[in-house]
Amino acid sequence: MFNFLARRFFSSIISVIGATVAIFVLIQFHNDPRELFVPDSGYGISQEQWEALGDRLGLNDPLWKQYVDWVGRTLRGDLGVSLARDRAVTELLRGKIGATVQLAIGSWIFAIGLGIPMGVLAAVKRGSGWDYFGRGLAIVGQAAPPFVTALVAIWIFAVWLEWLPAGGRSPEFNWREYLLPCMALGWGAAASLMRLTRSSMLEVLDSEYIRLARAKGVNWNWVIYKHALRNALIVPVTSALLTFSGWLNGALVVEIVFSWPGIGYEALYRAVNDNDFPLLLGTVFIFILIYLVFATIADIAYTIIDPRVRLGDSAE
Amino acid sequence: MTTSDAQEEIQKVDSATIETPLKPMQHDRGPFAQAWWFVRRYPVIPIVVLIILVITAIIGPTVAPYERDVGIIGDRHLPILQRSNCIQTDDWNPPYAQEDWVDLDGDGDIDGRDKPFKCDIPRYGLWTEGYHLLGADHVGRDVFSRVLHGARISMQVVLVSLIIGSVIGVSLGMLAGYYGGILDELITRFVDIWYAMPFLMVALIVTLIFGRGLTVLLFVLALIAWTSFVRVVRAEVMVLKSLDYVAAARVNGASDFRILFRHLMPGILNTAIVGGTLNTSGLILAESVLSFVGAGIQPPTPAWGVMTTEGRDYLTIAAHQVLVPSTAIFMVVISLNFLGDWLRDRLDPRLRQID
Repeated sequence: MFNFLARRFFSSIISVIGATVAIFVLIQFHNDPRELFVPDSGYGISQEQWEALGDRLGLNDPLWKQYVDWVGRTLRGDLGVSLARDRAVTELLRGKIGATVQLAIGSWIFAIGLGIPMGVLAAVKRGSGWDYFGRGLAIVGQAAPPFVTALVAIWIFAVWLEWLPAGGRSPEFNWREYLLPCMALGWGAAASLMRLTRSSMLEVLDSEYIRLARAKGVNWNWVIYKHALRNALIVPVTSALLTFSGWLNGALVVEIVFSWPGIGYEALYRAVNDNDFPLLLGTVFIFILIYLVFATIADIAYTIIDPRVRLGDSAE
Repeated sequence: MTTSDAQEEIQKVDSATIETPLKPMQHDRGPFAQAWWFVRRYPVIPIVVLIILVITAIIGPTVAPYERDVGIIGDRHLPILQRSNCIQTDDWNPPYAQEDWVDLDGDGDIDGRDKPFKCDIPRYGLWTEGYHLLGADHVGRDVFSRVLHGARISMQVVLVSLIIGSVIGVSLGMLAGYYGGILDELITRFVDIWYAMPFLMVALIVTLIFGRGLTVLLFVLALIAWTSFVRVVRAEVMVLKSLDYVAAARVNGASDFRILFRHLMPGILNTAIVGGTLNTSGLILAESVLSFVGAGIQPPTPAWGVMTTEGRDYLTIAAHQVLVPSTAIFMVVISLNFLGDWLRDRLDPRLRQID
């Protein structure tokens, strides 16, 4: 366990360094960020002001020094100051990350609540209407891109039936605003969870010990929930943990469609459009960090649920 | 027992076996049952959809009834299967007098919406007889024509990026699997890091730096496509290279290059084809998502993702602008998924899932 964590820790550090170095180098190919400070009207700025700005932003240093400076500041918990909005990056991100995490948790509940019961039902009543219904849902969920799910959901529930608001998030909690975004984001994951649960449940139901339990005369419902489900859930649970981190990806699209003030829309999308490199670096750093933390948690959870798995092996 | 007795005996047994009631064979069933069996067994519907897509991509832009990027102002937000308000005529004085108006929008009465006007938009063909088969969008462009154009764009983008991605991915996977050691470790670690990066973020950053355009989009999609090839091909090569025939080739003096391309390549082809088919649907999804976010194909070029983005603001008044291109994306992706699953079961039975 300790070995695994140490290895995971070092490979995570390498991943973070690799990704941030790559972005640092790539950003050099782009326009000078000082151009943000040149006013659109008037005579622009003088050479001295330009140089002074370079000093203030650290752009006159060699590249490696800029990077080392950035790492040093990050380790002290300071991600720099956003160029476009002149506020600390940590402060900007702290305000937004809550909305994204809420969205992700809501979608997670939706995906697990729909995917796992439907998967179990489809496996237990194999070949029945439930099975075909569930498989149809899964196929639709896997083939529809998130923005299509989101827009169709808006069209049905907000435009046509007028049950739910079409987007936005008010400062005070309103559960109706969460339903559509969470459904749109969680749909694809619910589909893959359903498929996974169904196939692993079928595999377990086909095994000897289930037949033995049946032969002993154990109640069928008891067999399903006590004997089969526990073993069948190993794969879906791991996958669910990984999707949670993958949602930072899909969240961007859903946040754009629903004008959701989360980290993807407000930080990443804006940073890219404004050429705001401290904000961009900070966001990328946070994204990768969250992904790695969740990947590690998923691996550990895997061993807790299924003691046969050794962490050293799964790291390979 | 004589020989003839024995033969009789055998014949008896044979006829007994033949006469045992068997389940009716396929060709004994009715035509509908046979057709249903065929559709269930082979991916007929996905293949038909994909053939239609390919034909559309080839001839679509030539047969599109309306201009791609030029709208007819009077036709804005026209619903599905409505006649265009625009009259194609050589007469410079089209029938503008009110008594000459006809019920153009087909709502039963003749009002201001039926006012005809002369349009200067050249049509490639009048084979839709002035109908917007799939409606018109917010600037009066024919959605059907744009969907036809979009098919070619999506196909081009996906094919090119898939080819680039598979060449890179398969060769790296083969190198990693065949040579092992430090090279393997490097490539695998790199793929791991790549997996940790959310692809939308990578795409946004790359388009930020290199600008928005078709070349950059192809590059970004190839970046997304290659990793999944590396993993499957590497695993396959690691199995194959320990087999005797590879050792025999090496004993015969074959070079590494020859072993890789002559002896290992055919073995991984199935895996690569299955991976490629399943990857294509992912790439179409990625292309549409990128165009939707604004990092992919730029408007007014009618990629399906772009059309969806443009229609987003008009969901309340003209939902078909969103639903038509979304349905197109959905149909293609679902067909590719079915075809990919079927191919996987056929070519690579070890990966077969329980059904």
